Amino acid sequence: MSMIAFGGSILDVLSSNSTYSSTMRFAATLVFAATGEWIAERAGTMNISLEAMILTAAFTSALGSDLTGNVWVALLFGLAGGFLVALIQGVMSHRFGANQFVVGLTLNVLAVGLTAFIAAEVNPVVKRAGTIRIPLLARIPLVGEALFAQSWILYFLYPLIPFAWWAVYRTRWGLDLRCAGENPQAADVSGIDVNKRRRQAVYVCGLCAGFAGTYLTIGQVGSFGADGVSGRGFIALAAVIFGGWVLKGAVGGAVVFGFFLAFGSVFQALGYQANPQVLGALPYVMAIATMILFARRGRQPAALGRPFVRGLT
Amino acid sequence: MTSSATPNAIPTATSPLDARAPGNARVRRVAGALPIAGQYLMSIAVSLALCALLVEVTGGSPGKVLSALLDGSVRSPGSWGLTLSTAAPLLVVAAGTIVAAKAGLSNIGQEGQLLLGCAAAAFIGTRADLPAPLVITLSFLGAMVLSGLWAGLAALMKFTRKVPEVMSTLLLGFVAAQITTFGLTKKWLLLATKNTSRVNNGEQLPDRAKMPTFTLFGNQVSWGVVIALVVTIVISFVLGRTTIGFRLRMLGLNSRTARRAGVSAAVVGGGALIASGAAAGLAGGLWMTGGSAGDRFTSNVSSNIGWQGLLVALLARDRASLAIPMAFVFAALRTGSSFLAATGVDRRITDVVQAMLVLALLVPPAIAAVQRRRRGTEGAS
Repeated sequence: MSMIAFGGSILDVLSSNSTYSSTMRFAATLVFAATGEWIAERAGTMNISLEAMILTAAFTSALGSDLTGNVWVALLFGLAGGFLVALIQGVMSHRFGANQFVVGLTLNVLAVGLTAFIAAEVNPVVKRAGTIRIPLLARIPLVGEALFAQSWILYFLYPLIPFAWWAVYRTRWGLDLRCAGENPQAADVSGIDVNKRRRQAVYVCGLCAGFAGTYLTIGQVGSFGADGVSGRGFIALAAVIFGGWVLKGAVGGAVVFGFFLAFGSVFQALGYQANPQVLGALPYVMAIATMILFARRGRQPAALGRPFVRGLT
Repeated sequence: MTSSATPNAIPTATSPLDARAPGNARVRRVAGALPIAGQYLMSIAVSLALCALLVEVTGGSPGKVLSALLDGSVRSPGSWGLTLSTAAPLLVVAAGTIVAAKAGLSNIGQEGQLLLGCAAAAFIGTRADLPAPLVITLSFLGAMVLSGLWAGLAALMKFTRKVPEVMSTLLLGFVAAQITTFGLTKKWLLLATKNTSRVNNGEQLPDRAKMPTFTLFGNQVSWGVVIALVVTIVISFVLGRTTIGFRLRMLGLNSRTARRAGVSAAVVGGGALIASGAAAGLAGGLWMTGGSAGDRFTSNVSSNIGWQGLLVALLARDRASLAIPMAFVFAALRTGSSFLAATGVDRRITDVVQAMLVLALLVPPAIAAVQRRRRGTEGAS
């Protein structure tokens, strides 16, 4: 295959409406999760239990859907699931002083085991959320369908992103939070309860991951599979690094990674042949590649991943 | 993971912080250790009770589950030999994890590194037409080199481009899974020449590539157990008693001091990451040739051994000597789970139990930390 044919296939992919819709569907989970993770990281937590939060939310929302058949209840269940994991992560690492990576890692493994076990016993049946087509806006060429003719759970993104930006950059709470991530000692001296702010940031992250997991189950896939999350949480973490710890960068990164997650299916749907393993590895390789390029450039919160203990350190 | 740092150390009464309590040192140590041991027992009991509750709620019988687990892991004939053999790769993964953790680095990609180790061992084992000991040695070496290099990629990214190793090691694991799946589509790599199965499987390992066993009280025990113990003791010795181990621990405890003392983070830290990857690779070799994994390479041959080994390291709080019993406990849960089918409870309950155990062991130090903080504020006011 020549370079020209390859370039042509890429052009085909980029000019197809379905590419953008599909990208958005894959990206939505990542954008929800990356927004939450961005808040947690700005407060100083490298929250690797994000994966567990998404997985738990994906499962509890399936459970909620199975029990009631109501999408709103499923959403509530999903939020509660994400929040529950966040509660354990936040309290263990920022109240009890346990190592945040150890807690996060354990929660990841626990979530995999627990959801797989209960799913095998219960086998939840999921009712999908309906698609809502927003008039006029959905008619914008290329991106209209992608942004405005999706499952309605996706639309929570549009208020969430500006709200998260406002909360972190324009409120006292957000200032405290960023301070806790940059210079916890100074924050502590000025009367900010550092560990409390960090806990709160993790809780907010859990709620965002709750949306992510719910969207994945109720909005995108329509069923719960234990391997459905398969590293999405970590890709969202990479998106935050890609974005240099700035919200618009994190969201942009999440959309880019969403494109690579969607690329395989779109590429094949358009009739092109490619090695399935290459397509499967693509999102992970791209996540690694972008971190190689951008991890240095971004200014990460100075106290990211470091526990805060009052007194001499 | 990076837990050799102070916030996560097990608080014992012998720590200099507690020196203010009066009385004889030994009495103090025993008196201080008792409530802590009690706390550990309590939290383990609570976590196991939660698991039992989970079984009860989902319609199973916790008593039957426990009895099946014990049957499958130690009680039925020949089972504890199997458990010991399964513990070997877990222990080696854990020992490698501890090396990285002591250097302050979080390698969490053992599952992928182990999978590559399995692939390398299977590739060499099915091809090398040599006497048995040589085949096994070569396949272990190949596994260690491949997995070490794979972890080395993460080290390279960490020390040249500041990519956090927590993420790169894990994401590389997904790539490793795709690479081995690709290997299973090509006959010149891993695919069996006469594949009869619907899915792509590897070539059957010849007998000369299988780990020999010895008989101990009527149980077949793999020689891999001896290898694992030797590796763990060597790692423990190197970390605790040699200059390189000292440098590595210094890097983990305080990287700034280490730099002032002339320890190169890239060389020592990178070396630690590569060593932990190589250990995961060796574990892959042990797992592949040990027999429990089946007699051929498949795309899911690693079946969580890497993750469970990582949990063993967490459970052992980065102490190689503690990792030995913990690896046995986890291996027992693993081999025991094969007896669960008769009870009607899904075998993944053991995954839950394993993670709950790790979580349980985080609680007593947490209580101690809170108590210390309370005491500290009382003293200040």
